[in-house]
Amino acid sequence: MTNRRKRKALGLLFEALCVLAASIAIVVLALILYYVFRRGIGVVGFVFLTSLPAPVGVAGGGIGNALIGSLLMVGLGALIAVPVCIAAAVFLDQNPASKLSAFVRFATRVLSGVPSMVIGLFVFGQLVLRTGNYSALAGGIALSIVMAPVITLSAEEMLRLVPSSQREASMALGASKQQTVFRLVLPGAAGGLIVGVMLAVALAAGQTAPVLLTALTSRFWLESLQQPTASLPVLIYHYATSPFADWQAHAWGAALVLVTAILVLNVTAQLSLGLSNRRR
Amino acid sequence: MQAVRRALHSGTREGVFHYVTLLAALGLVALAVSIFLVVTLQSAPAWRAFGLSFLTTSIWDPMANQFGAVPALLGTVITAVLALAVATPLSIGTAVFLSEIVPQNWRRPLSFVVELLAAVPSVVYGLWGLFVLAPWLRTGLGQLLADSLGFLPIFAGPSLGIGVLTASLVLAIMVLPTITAISGEVMRGVPTELREAMFALGATRWEVVTKVILPSSKSGIAGALLLGLGRAIGEAIAVTMVIGNANLIPASLLAPAQTMASLIVNEFPEAFDLHLSALLLLATLLFIITLIINLIAAWFFYRPSQDVAATAKGSVWAKLLRKGS
Amino acid sequence: MAQGVNIENFSFWYGQSQVVKNISLSAPVRQVTALIGPSGCGKTTLLRSINRLHELHPGTRAAGRIAIGEEDIFSAAVDPVDLRRRVGMIFQKPSPFPHLSVFENVAAGLRLHGLAQGKEIAERVEACLRKAALWEEVKDDLGRKGALLSGGQQQRLCIARALAVEPEVFLMDEPCASLDPVGIMRIEELIRELKHDYTVIIVTHNMHQASRISDQTAFVLNGELVEVGRTKEFFLAPTDPRTEAYLTWKIG
Repeated sequence: MTNRRKRKALGLLFEALCVLAASIAIVVLALILYYVFRRGIGVVGFVFLTSLPAPVGVAGGGIGNALIGSLLMVGLGALIAVPVCIAAAVFLDQNPASKLSAFVRFATRVLSGVPSMVIGLFVFGQLVLRTGNYSALAGGIALSIVMAPVITLSAEEMLRLVPSSQREASMALGASKQQTVFRLVLPGAAGGLIVGVMLAVALAAGQTAPVLLTALTSRFWLESLQQPTASLPVLIYHYATSPFADWQAHAWGAALVLVTAILVLNVTAQLSLGLSNRRR
Repeated sequence: MQAVRRALHSGTREGVFHYVTLLAALGLVALAVSIFLVVTLQSAPAWRAFGLSFLTTSIWDPMANQFGAVPALLGTVITAVLALAVATPLSIGTAVFLSEIVPQNWRRPLSFVVELLAAVPSVVYGLWGLFVLAPWLRTGLGQLLADSLGFLPIFAGPSLGIGVLTASLVLAIMVLPTITAISGEVMRGVPTELREAMFALGATRWEVVTKVILPSSKSGIAGALLLGLGRAIGEAIAVTMVIGNANLIPASLLAPAQTMASLIVNEFPEAFDLHLSALLLLATLLFIITLIINLIAAWFFYRPSQDVAATAKGSVWAKLLRKGS
Repeated sequence: MAQGVNIENFSFWYGQSQVVKNISLSAPVRQVTALIGPSGCGKTTLLRSINRLHELHPGTRAAGRIAIGEEDIFSAAVDPVDLRRRVGMIFQKPSPFPHLSVFENVAAGLRLHGLAQGKEIAERVEACLRKAALWEEVKDDLGRKGALLSGGQQQRLCIARALAVEPEVFLMDEPCASLDPVGIMRIEELIRELKHDYTVIIVTHNMHQASRISDQTAFVLNGELVEVGRTKEFFLAPTDPRTEAYLTWKIG
């Protein structure tokens, strides 16, 4: 009997500990979002979103150029990564069992595990030092490398969901492999591919180190791809580590904008994935 | 004739199509290889100049062209291990809670929230660490530790708020969602029959978890922890913001320090020649360490075994990718 | 000690839908009672209620009385953990713990409840494996993982595992559904053996199996108990036209 009571007590203790762990985890994580919201909401406004940073001591100013820089570099990254990665995913999907595919998958996974700072340093050494200047182009390239493994592996997963019966039916109608891919497989997986790209974009948008090492930052509006360019994460990093209270406040505002954008992307992606799964 | 031409035409088109996709796939391989090669090759001068002493000496002085990485190496190891030590019980407890204890209708929204938090950028964790956690640690926990346990060397020193302890806690919070999401996924992969079989033998929930769920998913959990460790080791920005960036062997958990990644972030803009090469050598080490950790993690997910949880591997990889690194 | 099972006016709901409707049935001690009926008729739910396994899933509700021996299993004095030790259960899919050896699978329940210590454990494990007619096949390598056995062996291992904690009642949920004919034969032999010491309630899809091994058969349709009787009479002369339709459709 005591044995049973001991087991029950231990069981309750264990459940209590798990509940405690989960409460700590969820409260801490909720606190982060709470602070971003509370400290950021007072800062964000139309002027904040659309104007250049103000010099120290001057009131006002905003993150307009960083917002545009982030959009541009993430867009540039996607522009480079999406076609290459989807083509690579098509290759993996068409030759699923080949040794080469296994090797490509392996390399892609290795790439996904490389610390993003190392990617930044790689592009820094290859582009920034060679051309002699930090640039939006280098930032976009660094982000494309960050996105590549996410897009490739999620795209392969999505392409695989197109049933082989449909592919065989298309081939049996006389369509070539290429036609089957373009008319059946890619359109069939389009929703999933977009979700993968959205997640990759969300990941890239939050990267600081790769952008810091390649595009640095700037206090001016973007004029060309060949010059240093501001971005939200780097701005948050610089402002947060600056000694000035109004810059620190702007860091919170920028964080609110960045987190909101990233969470919206993630929620949309997860929801649409959930919806399409249900339909399937 | 017409038919032959058409066949030939479509044949070459088919060939072009094949080669374009092949080229893209090889491009990814080339990218991975060239990142490794380029970073390694550019670090060669530093390796030639210092050799093993890079790993065994602790003077890092760009002015004197003297580079010893011991402080950064130690800082990396200490913060990552400490982060994992804090995150492991919390995240496994949370994963058990989410997969075994919480009522079903709460499970999805709560798991969803935890997964979302893995998407929050590291710079935001750093911001929070710097302005919310650090002040609290300076006057709260850190002060308490310094006051009560200050006689122990590891808690010695003024409580600055920034330093090894703060960096470790921020890293712990950052890896928490990743470890929780992946190990929770692995636990949910344990077949219901096994759970019910253990319950039917008269086990309490605690016994089902410790005798069935955890043993069946141990390799998946180990993989999740390793991925968390890899992420903690490679993290640059959040650590840079809260560790204090003093390139010294940390005297205590309350003292400022430096990690390999934070050292690179701090010094790359002014680095040239040997200095830059030394930073690249740090990057090479980071690359190799995280690669080994990720390979072991992958082995845990993929190894052929009776480990039932291995069935969840596909979705685990998908999840892990979304978390990025 | 084996005990009979008495079900009185038992109903069960998943959310809004009622899957067991006011069933009364008694399973006599040391006999085999077979529950037959089409998929989704509620027979498995009824079976799983007898050790309160349904309580693991939220949104379920039960009403009525189930007694093992004289004791109502839903009374406040009964702890489900203790109840489940007294009620052995065999599942449709053989479910040995994959990370445990054959030996440890059988010993799991003993260790859980502290029923045996030291050398006694080995003795009990051997006795249970013998009783489950598995001993001869596994005695040379008790350290092998349970999941490496064949499907039929796995199912007998699960029976040995359940035997180890000395249950009063055995519940079997289509124990042969995933086995080959030889495996099925051996399990059926085993059930005939088990009923000398235990009360067995078995859910099956297979009419032939029910007629071969059971003493009493109950036919459940849409959550209702249509007919229950001694197995011989039940199959030879069913009284309810629905039973007859089901039997002829299935058998004929």
